[in-house]
Amino acid sequence: MKTNRKTIPMPMRYLINTVLIVLFVLASTLFVNSDAVSGYFTKILMVIGINIILAISLNIATGYLGQLPLGHAGFMAVGAYTGGIFLKAVDAAKATGGTYYLYIAAALVLSGIVAGIFGILIGVPALRLKGDYLAIITLGFGEIIRVVLTNIDSVLGFDLTYGASGLKRIPKITTFFNVMLCVVLSCVVIHMVMKSRHGRAILSIRENEIAAESCGIRTTYYKVMAFTMSAFFAGVAGCLYAGYLGSLQPSSFGFMKSIEILVMVVLGGMGSMLGSILSATVLTALPEALRAFSDYRMVVYSLVLVLMMIFKPTGLLGQYDFSLSRILEKLMNPKKSTGKKEGASHE
Amino acid sequence: MSEQKTKLVEVPGGIIPERDVGQPPVLEVRHLGIDFGGLTAVDDFDFVIGKDEIGGLIGPNGAGKTTVFNLLTNVYQPTRGHILLGGVDTRGKKTYEVNKLGIARTFQNIRLFKTLTVLDNVLIGMHNGMGYNLGSSVLRLPAYWKQEKEAKQEALSLLSIFDMQDLAEVHAGNLPYGAQRRLEIVRALATNPKILLLDEPAAGMNPSETAELMENIRRIRDRFGIAVILIEHDMNLVMNICEGIAVLNYGRIIAKGTPEEIRKNPVVIEAYLGKKGGATDAEG
Repeated sequence: MKTNRKTIPMPMRYLINTVLIVLFVLASTLFVNSDAVSGYFTKILMVIGINIILAISLNIATGYLGQLPLGHAGFMAVGAYTGGIFLKAVDAAKATGGTYYLYIAAALVLSGIVAGIFGILIGVPALRLKGDYLAIITLGFGEIIRVVLTNIDSVLGFDLTYGASGLKRIPKITTFFNVMLCVVLSCVVIHMVMKSRHGRAILSIRENEIAAESCGIRTTYYKVMAFTMSAFFAGVAGCLYAGYLGSLQPSSFGFMKSIEILVMVVLGGMGSMLGSILSATVLTALPEALRAFSDYRMVVYSLVLVLMMIFKPTGLLGQYDFSLSRILEKLMNPKKSTGKKEGASHE
Repeated sequence: MSEQKTKLVEVPGGIIPERDVGQPPVLEVRHLGIDFGGLTAVDDFDFVIGKDEIGGLIGPNGAGKTTVFNLLTNVYQPTRGHILLGGVDTRGKKTYEVNKLGIARTFQNIRLFKTLTVLDNVLIGMHNGMGYNLGSSVLRLPAYWKQEKEAKQEALSLLSIFDMQDLAEVHAGNLPYGAQRRLEIVRALATNPKILLLDEPAAGMNPSETAELMENIRRIRDRFGIAVILIEHDMNLVMNICEGIAVLNYGRIIAKGTPEEIRKNPVVIEAYLGKKGGATDAEG
């Protein structure tokens, strides 16, 4: 809090960040859509984007709220099936122009909302429990979703989910631009919530629930809120996943998918959004990069995790978050001993 | 230290300073009791505290002092009796609701939000003081900017009570022990309470820190016009700043009165030191 320290005033920060984000999205989209990038590569980038949303959404519940849910793939499945059924029902592939984009937006929001509703339904009873118990109950929920999807093929006479044979011929609406936009929007929304009184309430529950309650914070409400937000973005990611693959199998939303997402969060550092983004990128790209050594790639993958847990148990970045303003301010204040943490992360 | 002696008067259920007679008591506790299974931890606890009063709660270890605080903040639900907070019965309310009604507390074993900054700790205390909704925070509407700015200024001015405004960006867990205790008091004040419950605020402090704390507690009382109840083992502190003291032993109040009365009360001396000449049958 040195007075002679130059800082960027608040509206300027947001302006700079907004401009940079827009430029980044446009530039990367133009680059990816040009001939320089192969279709294979674009697809990997899309998967990375989807995994980033999954990781940052789980990070809300794990990193910020401090709970350990193991049923994240369940919320993703709910979102994926909702989006898939909706897109098929409105026949999005045949729509043109404005309506096409409207359908996509509607599908994404709808998937998020339905997953969010499931988040509330599960969160209210489950969040009475803590630690291992919460892990088990959410794990159970994730499996219930998968088993139900596997065994139900028609609801009240309507063919909706097609059971174990899977939901097929979903319009492929997911493009690199879609994914990019969703990633950016998710990051921004989560960031905005976390840097407000609501976000601080969520963090206080992680730090000390009893103290939070005695500071007048409705802990149950904020727990369910964080959990619901987490489910919402998982649902959005699920919808993108449905639009990317074009067909859904219940078996792809099993327990291992939840673990995969959790590993991304833990590896990146619980409570760090940048960490989740980085590790989601690395852990998605790594198996592809190691395709040449296909026999050993799972070995490398697990080796990375084991080494990580031994040498840096708090994850790659711990709780550090990236802040562009902080870097700019450091440049503006050359050789000022310790750059005090501004604590603002910007994507 | 205690310059002006406040005259105390007896009202049904307790002793309050004379200046508060006629006003409804901020906190009125009637026949409060709690059983844990077969164990009666607190029984028949009567207590009244007026506006601006500093009350003390003392007693040997295990007497049930912290249990009383937990009952007052509804961490435990009482088995018997009532707690009236400005005339409102708090029975069945949640801890956060009791906080909204005006009771803030600190903890015997410090419970700060350790990996958050000092400023954030205080801002969390102000959570209910800010009213903007989720939409305002996602879209960064004017309500967000206005309230956050005011809250930050308020938080810094609260921190300045203890000269901690320069530590605002430090992580609470990295503060020295005494500063952590002070931060807990600031965080409790940030919730804008009518009554402040301090659970051993001077524990682990050296005499000069204790003397400073004593001044600060008085200053807080005068500045915010709130009642303070403190649990403390440091008799110097208790005798100097409390206007009324209740002594608890085995979950029951054994004496109530001014510091002078308590100091001379044979029952209190017995509870702390044992009976005269009874060393052989004392077993604790």
